[in-house]
Amino acid sequence: MSEHRVIGKPLRRVDGRAKVTGQTRFADDLSLPGMLHMKLLRSTLPHARILAVDASRALALPGVKLVLTGADFPIPFGILPVSQDEHALCTDRVRFVGDPVAAVIAVDELTAYEATALIDVRYEPLATIADSEEALATPEPRLHDYGDDGNVHKRIAFDFGDVDGAMAKSERVFEDLAFFSGNTHLPIEQHATLAYVDGDGKLVVASSTQTPHYLHRALAKVLQLRAAHIRVIATPNGGGFGGKSDPFNHEIVAARAALVTGRPVKIALTREEVFYCHRGRHPVLMKVRTGVRKTERGFEIVGQELETLLDGGAYGSYGVASTFYTGALQTVTYRIPHYRFRGCRTFTNKPPCGPKRGHGTPQPRFLLEVHIDKICTALGIDPAAWRIDNAVPPDSLTANWLRVSSTGLVRCIEAVVKASGWNERRGQLRGDGGVARGLGLACSSYLCGAGLPIYWNELPHSGVQLQLDRSGRVTAFSGATEIGQGSDNVLVAIVAEVLGIDPLDVRCVTGDTDLTPVDLGSYSSRVTLMMGNAAIEAAERARLLLAGAVAEKLNVPASRLVFADRRVFDSEAPENGVEFAVAVQLAEAKHGTLGTTGSYRPPKSPGDYKGAGVGPSPAYSYSAAVVEVEVDPATGWLRVPKIWVAHDIGRAINPVLARGQVEGSVYMGLGEALMEEQAYRRLPPKLSGAHVHKFPSLLEYKSPGTLDMPDVETILIEEPDPNGPFGAKEVGQGPLLPIMPAVANAVFDAVGVRIDEVPITPEKIAKALASTSRRYGPTRFPTIAWPEPLVVPTPADGGDGKATNERPRKRELARGAVIAPPVEGKQP
Amino acid sequence: MMRLPRFQYFAPRTLKDAAGLLSHWGPEASLVAGGTDLWPNMKRRQFTPTRVIGLRGVPELHAITGSPSTGMTVGAMISLTALERHDGVAAMWPALAHAARLISTPPLRNMGTLGGNLCLDTRCNYWNQTLEWRKSIDFCLKKAGSICWVATSSPRCWAVSSSDTAPVLCAIGAEVTLLSTEGERRIPVTQLFRDDGIEYLNKRSNEILTAVHLPPNGGEWRASYRKLRRRGSFDFPVLGVAAAARLDRGVVVEARIVLTGVGSRPHEATEAAEALVGKRLDDPAAVATAVERAARLAKPLDNTDFALGWRKEMSRHHVAAAIADLAAAG
Amino acid sequence: MATDLIPLGDPSLRQKVRLELVVNEERRDLVIDGYKSLLELLREELQLTGTKHGCELGECGACAVLLDGQLVLSCLVAAVECDGRSVQTVEGMQNGPTLHPLQSCFADAGAAQCGYCTPGFLLAAKELLERKPDATRAEIAEALSGQLCRCTGYLQIFEAVEAAAAQLRGGR
Repeated sequence: MSEHRVIGKPLRRVDGRAKVTGQTRFADDLSLPGMLHMKLLRSTLPHARILAVDASRALALPGVKLVLTGADFPIPFGILPVSQDEHALCTDRVRFVGDPVAAVIAVDELTAYEATALIDVRYEPLATIADSEEALATPEPRLHDYGDDGNVHKRIAFDFGDVDGAMAKSERVFEDLAFFSGNTHLPIEQHATLAYVDGDGKLVVASSTQTPHYLHRALAKVLQLRAAHIRVIATPNGGGFGGKSDPFNHEIVAARAALVTGRPVKIALTREEVFYCHRGRHPVLMKVRTGVRKTERGFEIVGQELETLLDGGAYGSYGVASTFYTGALQTVTYRIPHYRFRGCRTFTNKPPCGPKRGHGTPQPRFLLEVHIDKICTALGIDPAAWRIDNAVPPDSLTANWLRVSSTGLVRCIEAVVKASGWNERRGQLRGDGGVARGLGLACSSYLCGAGLPIYWNELPHSGVQLQLDRSGRVTAFSGATEIGQGSDNVLVAIVAEVLGIDPLDVRCVTGDTDLTPVDLGSYSSRVTLMMGNAAIEAAERARLLLAGAVAEKLNVPASRLVFADRRVFDSEAPENGVEFAVAVQLAEAKHGTLGTTGSYRPPKSPGDYKGAGVGPSPAYSYSAAVVEVEVDPATGWLRVPKIWVAHDIGRAINPVLARGQVEGSVYMGLGEALMEEQAYRRLPPKLSGAHVHKFPSLLEYKSPGTLDMPDVETILIEEPDPNGPFGAKEVGQGPLLPIMPAVANAVFDAVGVRIDEVPITPEKIAKALASTSRRYGPTRFPTIAWPEPLVVPTPADGGDGKATNERPRKRELARGAVIAPPVEGKQP
Repeated sequence: MMRLPRFQYFAPRTLKDAAGLLSHWGPEASLVAGGTDLWPNMKRRQFTPTRVIGLRGVPELHAITGSPSTGMTVGAMISLTALERHDGVAAMWPALAHAARLISTPPLRNMGTLGGNLCLDTRCNYWNQTLEWRKSIDFCLKKAGSICWVATSSPRCWAVSSSDTAPVLCAIGAEVTLLSTEGERRIPVTQLFRDDGIEYLNKRSNEILTAVHLPPNGGEWRASYRKLRRRGSFDFPVLGVAAAARLDRGVVVEARIVLTGVGSRPHEATEAAEALVGKRLDDPAAVATAVERAARLAKPLDNTDFALGWRKEMSRHHVAAAIADLAAAG
Repeated sequence: MATDLIPLGDPSLRQKVRLELVVNEERRDLVIDGYKSLLELLREELQLTGTKHGCELGECGACAVLLDGQLVLSCLVAAVECDGRSVQTVEGMQNGPTLHPLQSCFADAGAAQCGYCTPGFLLAAKELLERKPDATRAEIAEALSGQLCRCTGYLQIFEAVEAAAAQLRGGR
């Protein structure tokens, strides 16, 4: 849109200069006079009862100021209200190698570290659980005394529409299994926290967190302090990707240490400890059954059944939400009129899994995109054409009651098909020197912010305050957290655009619970849409104040005023106007000190069954990718020379940054596809009870380097969404999703084998090439005692968004009183 | 932040002083060259020497002398970057420069030295871990434990030789000088290594590896190096194959094939190399025999990256590729 | 026991060391704990926190600086070995208020997202362009292959280096 001066322009990001000069202050860059240093003693046993902790030798070491243990932290916490299962230091039990048992606070970090070795802990080892199938088979000993039963954290079951009837009517049923290994975020910045007591006696915690608001809540709860007397500052995150979205034990322990010693206390985690914080991608075993019916141009899905089994690790984290997410978003990409979903999360003796970029969605997306490819192959249909024909239409409701407003999926597919030469090159590529080449395509969709907050309430999800100064400077305050994704830039760009000033005229203050209104955090791709809408509201209110005052001065109707080029002027006589700073002064003279607010709360979702809270979003982004691979049939060696990706972003606030988010997602997806794996190792039980992270290091956890990155052609599709600020949708997570299945589909195109397990490694390809099944992947899905499903009639069935067999819910947990009326669906 | 343990640092200016310090402090001391192996190992508390003797201030360790016709001597402190960019070395033994270029990353090649790369501690993913991690497996045979977790009934440690330059230097017949207060000795690189993950060097604890001697090569020798690793940089060799051959009118007169990453020392595949003698490098039967014999030597264990069955298979492929590189080098 | 593996208490190990070195063209005279790395010296003794750390084991490249003009990882350089040497960090890249072309191109091209790996990339690129002013894309990728970035996918970093190289060749 040409009338925009900031939106859509490739301007330097507001924090760009600080980041290239080394001025950006990350958490570990902070230091204060008299600061003490903290180290955690972590469990070396995977599962054990703590019998005794004796810190006397550590306390005797010169330089040691304080030792804290589980006894200092009786109150549990956790990100979700339903999973308050962590203690800042373990009280009676350790559940994985790396679980923190004690903390030493000393004059320097080396002394604190040396003292950790002087703490004597007596343990009683307990039996360990290595993976989710073992968890299902081993109800005792339980890792936790909550959850559904045994070591099952959560089981969920839904039937959307008459799935059995639909499957019975289908002409063919296809079935597939896949396994997605766990992997981790691996931000280059290791988590760090500085806690201190401010001059007014109140606690300040500066931390590398994506969610200062939830850390604020956890600190108030565990430390039993008045929340109003705790200030959480989210420092710029040196990468997050979901790995800094939970409140962490080290943050809470540092806070208590600062309160006890009265001195600033800092902890900076080592890389190994970051692997133990984890909260990364859940390993998920999956099974899908899809009933199809032939159509003129190919086939359509009549019903689909999906089962997922998640290996959750030792704590709840976001796991309940992750479990729902392995099923919820599968319906917003292609039309699935009847849908059955079963999900189960288990506890195991490993660092807890949680939300990594794509949260719960990449695993089933991998399965389903490969599954579609197989069905198309079996039926002789072009998988690109099928996807175009079966894309979920705009302005529609899915079988599970998700409202899709805009979708650019078809345009995305068409764009990558054209750019990659899909029609001419697929199945036709020849390699050199015995190397086979192939193309694979996959698509996806993702949330632009979760429709419901973690704590269900009627409060805004995001707030922005503006303060306008006589100099013409505007300060924007927002609780959003800059994790590299460019949220500060979105805030500044939107305010500058609406007020017609330069982005440099806007200062932003973000992620500080004392100074800024609440924004729920940098997760679920929510910030651009939610903070952006709040910023528009605040800026439009400011414009209204200024326009009123300027209209009086210029004696023209306020509706004729234009805000641009740091001026406010008459659109019919542009020379008739005032400088922006003068406009502020006029308004300040008229109204007194100027400030405005804006806030955002997502629209209500039409779904009203228990579980309908996970999946709704104000808008969905769409992506499509074509991946080209080279495979050596002699060895299975796999190389990716080129990727084409198209992403429906609605509107790019800044095309340079948007492209960076797409390419960063492609990069991370490619790492997951080819090499990244959070692997564990259990020693022979006859000799040892050890169960450890196989290689908690940056050398052995394989993150692709510059020489491993292919050329990427990025295409931004702008299909503005009515709910997005200037039409904008998310871009930070969605483009990761199609990469893994597109690689798998390309491997099939190249050498004719199916790799139904991520990562797709040369070893697996070699095994598949040597096998008669021409496949590598899981061969069974365990029998799980699913609960009675909630039965929810679909919109097409004339449902009302409610389940037909639901027991009454506690009202405070329900979705608020106002339920949107059923909408006429355009569903098939 | 991971920090070094406390230690006392010595900076000798002469080889004599360095050898004297090493002899004086004995097992309490470690030598440090580029530091890219010792410092991380110390940060993980794999080794906690209380005295560290730095060699960077000893001038005679920093020289490359000689010529392709006489052979060259490379000081142990020559960085891997300097080695790979040295015109004389690249002209005489391009495979050595190539192997050096494949090591780790550019900054680590700027820091790491040829001497350090030869003396690189054997690696194992039960061993290259922090003190706390190793405590959680009750340590291992290499240090403080009683079991080799790679092969639990094994009486020996199976940590892996992971130097990229060592197999090439073995294949081309290089030698090293070892110096102590008792004097100096010169041995072939092939004799520097022992097949034991713990005592992996035939270097006495009071000896300093001071120089590497590259044999002359007027073009009668060809050499090659193939490396297997997951990524294009950073990673140690999961498998490395060096090959060298002397040809007379296209016929192999002498040949050596050396494998690394599949044992505690570089393994010379003598019988495999013999299959090439008297044959042309593109003789399919000879190559096939060499590949089979060399692959038999590769006994990968589950202590590096990649699945071990596949690594075994890849040794076949990489030996063939290294021989093909030799053929193409003409 | 693990305790035995951490040496404690030997007074000779607690000695401080005195160093003189040049950091960003300024002479520094320091007395520091002997166990500290160059990384710790820069960040903790000189408060030059622009140099970052991601592993302290030489596995990520975040702590890269120029030592006597060569790209090194400051986490694996003992401070005691820097006596008499010259160090350049990201803080020393600008010329007064003017950004180095690499810095401005990184900021403009989206080469810094979270910005945490950026200082290391900048110094690696600077070392490359001083050696090879007209480096190709392949040479750039090779020269930066010791730096990990989890945000960008590297392509905008490559473009920033190419743009800066063009500026530097143009003598601007």
